Amino acid sequence: MADFKLIGQSFAPQDLVAKITGRAKYAEDFRAEGMLFTKLLSSPMPHCRVRSIDYSAALELEGVVAVLTPDEVPQEEHPFEPALTNEPVYEGEPILAVAAVDEVTAANAIELIRVDYEPLPFVLNPLDSLRPGGPDANTGGNVYNGREITTLKWDQSVFDGVGPDQMPIGPGTEEDQWEYGDLEAGFANADLVIEETLYCQSVSHHPMEPRTSMAYWQNGKLYMHGSAQSTAQARRAIADRVGVELDDVFFIAEYCGGGFGSKIRGSVLEVIPALLSRKAGRPVMMRITRAEETMMGRARPGMLGHARLGMRRDGRITALDLFLVQDNGPYSRQGDSSTSGDVSALGYTPEAMRASTVSVLTNTPPRAAQRGPGGVQIVSMLAPVVSRAARQLGVDPLQVHLVNAPNHETEFGRGPYPITSAYVTEALTQCGELFNWSERRQRSGQRNGSKVRGVGMALSPYYGGTSGWDGLVVIRPDGKLYIHQGVGNLGTHSVVDTAKAAAEALDFPWENTEVVWGHSSRHLPHSSSQSGSQTTHAHTRANWVVGEFAKTLLQELAALELGGSSSAYQVSGGRVFGPGGSLTFAQAAERAIARGGKFDGHELPEDINDMTRTSATALAGQGLVAAAKDNLPHTARTYSFVVSMIELDLDLETGMHEILNVTSVADCGTVLNPRSLIAQGNGGVIQGIGIAQSFKWAIDPTWGVHLSKRIEATKPPTMLDIPTELIFAAVDLPDPQNPVGSKGIGEPPVGAGAGALVCAIEDAMGGQHPSHQPLTPDKILSIVENDCLPCGRLETHV
Amino acid sequence: MEKLDLRSRVERSVSRRTFIKGVVATGATVSAGAYVLRSSGASTASAQGAVERLVTLRVNGQDRRVDVMKQETLAMTLRYKLGLTGTKIGCDRADCGACTVLVDGVPKYSCSLLTHQVRGAEVTTIEGLANGDELHPVQQAVVDEAGFQCAFCAPGFIMAMVGTIQESPSLTRDEMAHALSGNLCRCADYPKILNSAMRAAEYMRSTTA
Ligand code: FES
Ligand code: FES
Repeated sequence: MADFKLIGQSFAPQDLVAKITGRAKYAEDFRAEGMLFTKLLSSPMPHCRVRSIDYSAALELEGVVAVLTPDEVPQEEHPFEPALTNEPVYEGEPILAVAAVDEVTAANAIELIRVDYEPLPFVLNPLDSLRPGGPDANTGGNVYNGREITTLKWDQSVFDGVGPDQMPIGPGTEEDQWEYGDLEAGFANADLVIEETLYCQSVSHHPMEPRTSMAYWQNGKLYMHGSAQSTAQARRAIADRVGVELDDVFFIAEYCGGGFGSKIRGSVLEVIPALLSRKAGRPVMMRITRAEETMMGRARPGMLGHARLGMRRDGRITALDLFLVQDNGPYSRQGDSSTSGDVSALGYTPEAMRASTVSVLTNTPPRAAQRGPGGVQIVSMLAPVVSRAARQLGVDPLQVHLVNAPNHETEFGRGPYPITSAYVTEALTQCGELFNWSERRQRSGQRNGSKVRGVGMALSPYYGGTSGWDGLVVIRPDGKLYIHQGVGNLGTHSVVDTAKAAAEALDFPWENTEVVWGHSSRHLPHSSSQSGSQTTHAHTRANWVVGEFAKTLLQELAALELGGSSSAYQVSGGRVFGPGGSLTFAQAAERAIARGGKFDGHELPEDINDMTRTSATALAGQGLVAAAKDNLPHTARTYSFVVSMIELDLDLETGMHEILNVTSVADCGTVLNPRSLIAQGNGGVIQGIGIAQSFKWAIDPTWGVHLSKRIEATKPPTMLDIPTELIFAAVDLPDPQNPVGSKGIGEPPVGAGAGALVCAIEDAMGGQHPSHQPLTPDKILSIVENDCLPCGRLETHV
Repeated sequence: MEKLDLRSRVERSVSRRTFIKGVVATGATVSAGAYVLRSSGASTASAQGAVERLVTLRVNGQDRRVDVMKQETLAMTLRYKLGLTGTKIGCDRADCGACTVLVDGVPKYSCSLLTHQVRGAEVTTIEGLANGDELHPVQQAVVDEAGFQCAFCAPGFIMAMVGTIQESPSLTRDEMAHALSGNLCRCADYPKILNSAMRAAEYMRSTTA
């Protein structure tokens, strides 16, 4: 592997000072001349039709400027989500918006609106919708089959004789079933076959910054200040949603106060200030409250399911039969259930496996990918099943993971899919050493008063990157290297860290580099969305490629200017030098402008995306402009892996636990920025622990209304719920299909943290386990006392 | 429940423009542009039965004259009238701590304080910490530890750190976690935030020593 100067070093991102002095502007911090505020009228019930609506009194209130109705926003066929609707499919769904001179006036105007609602049947628990004659969340059907919504009702016989805590297993939808290997032979060869009902709750993303946005129009162009994880892709989404040309949208999102998958391409709600502003002829600010964020923000789909797992005495998993029913929420199809199958196939490499899933529509808040979508649910549900099987066979759980670990040659799942790299054995071994697994494992089950020690672990694989995106850099006459990034700045530091690949390829000092991001008028390239842990891999590739391309241009330019062949020139330290002498980057930029053509962006490569072409063309003539598409080979799927180990004390008197140690190790290829990696890793692990131990929501089953609209009521992890120190490390071995060796890391730590916490509790309870997340003290105590759970095993949203 | 008759109240109230004119004529109130005046329109005040009053606040060492409604929270005044948008609103309900500022040196949730309650008190926001380009030791510690991810929680956490460390400069890591536990970080950057806080305490001890 090459000797890197920037890759692998810890840097504080260059936007940090702005963030901690209050200068960084998030969407709500912008003001525009004549700005109005909007408030939303939203549905008071989970499913209804608006029969009639009278907003005349609202319009007459002094200070009210405009009203926006569903008829004025693009209404696409379900399952696409409109910004305003006359047939709300979840409580809190926006119906109408009022713009007024201030927020209180807008809120008062909302109170003056008279609406006649026709309540429609609603469904909260997916199983209710699958029963014969069960309600449908949408008038068009109740399940997804591929991209289509269809109707699926199971025969009564599926439910007959199935106890209330037992998962009924009916047919899945056609497109969501696959299997490989000989399942029955797998179970026959197993020394132990274990079955379990599975449950993982739905949870809101709750980024710290709600999805506030502000919009105005100037000369027919839309200026949108939003909160988005991505810039280039969010801008495209806004243009599509509002129905204007891409070139007519300026998107400004330099900072994003967290997204976790809920703001991948911004938010559908941005349509509201955009259209209200066009109608009112004035800027419109839409502040989203925390209660609104709970409803209109996004959430992770919950899952109900059943697993049957066969294990040999040596720990090898011979067969896995997985059945999952996904709580899809009311709108777009969620990929979690399908990803769950892939993640278990890769993490445990069963000799034979079958996955069958159904994604059922419910009248609950809309879902979106949430950090480790599908991975978190399946790892936290399946890891304790594996752990219990290991206990019954007397095999050490670490040994089980080692026996089943994927490696570089693994081809997994339904494909079977080859992978670019898997240093899983290395990660398991390193984590075992760091955590001191064998010694801590000795303490498993030890009693100290009412407390009992538990030690658990989990392995979480997740997609680690895409490819084929563009890079764009400019060397200006000021001698600086400007790296344009269309990915967003959601706090992962990857907007800065991936830019380093371009500087690295040019062997250029980081101090003279400027990363350009966050505002589409700054000419950004076609970049990936900041989601699915793809950025690190995708944009180290794209930036490396464009860095190399800029280097080629510098060499050619030097040969033309100074004589000799281009290959005799080298680029390093901000200079290009060779037989004819040398040019500084500042001089090269001037010569590039003088020569024009391919050197200053007037001629561009054929294969770059139109968005990149437009940006590069706008920059043409300002220096040496290089734009390039990542055409490097990518012949297999890229996955990253995290293993977490947790030791805790569970108090059998109170049902509470105290976490004593959390140690995690990642295989995410070469480490780009160690300090940022540790933060990403630990942050993800803590989020996972939070989901497993306390984070949830509650919905009233009778009326279908949300009972936890305050963030505190959802019990996210605080500083006191985790140890004050956590250990996170990486194997730091390169992926062969990335020029700097890196793979993504955002997602896999969440599943690892959640799974390890559940397994540590399962261990402390001697193999018993509520199988109903989160593992709140009431559920723990009911198991300890051999009582029934405080809720049904398959009861959702409790 | 009986519906408030908002419109008649609007009509009874002082006209917004008259009020604004009066304020502008005095020439003394804070002017954050037309925006401030609009967001303090008479319809707002009347709807709540409140009339704005011109008050003087001491913010970041300066006297700022500003018109506020009776029910206005400090977070709203800071952000929407004084243009100090560094203070963030994460929940507006005393759940998250994103809005934390110092009131006479004590960390307080500005979303849950009425602006009228802090008249005569010294209010410090995130904008008031650095001295020009020179960062406050707590901010410097955060930079040196690369604290925070999305940083929406950062202003609140940093104000809580400043207040805590000024009061108790030698806390253990555990005690610091307790002191800062009124602030949520959804990115869960807690370990790095604690590193920053411990380093900050060290810097502050050495600057006062
Ligand atoms: S905004 Fe004040 S505590 Fe959350
Ligand atoms: S850094 Fe994102 S909420 Fe704290």
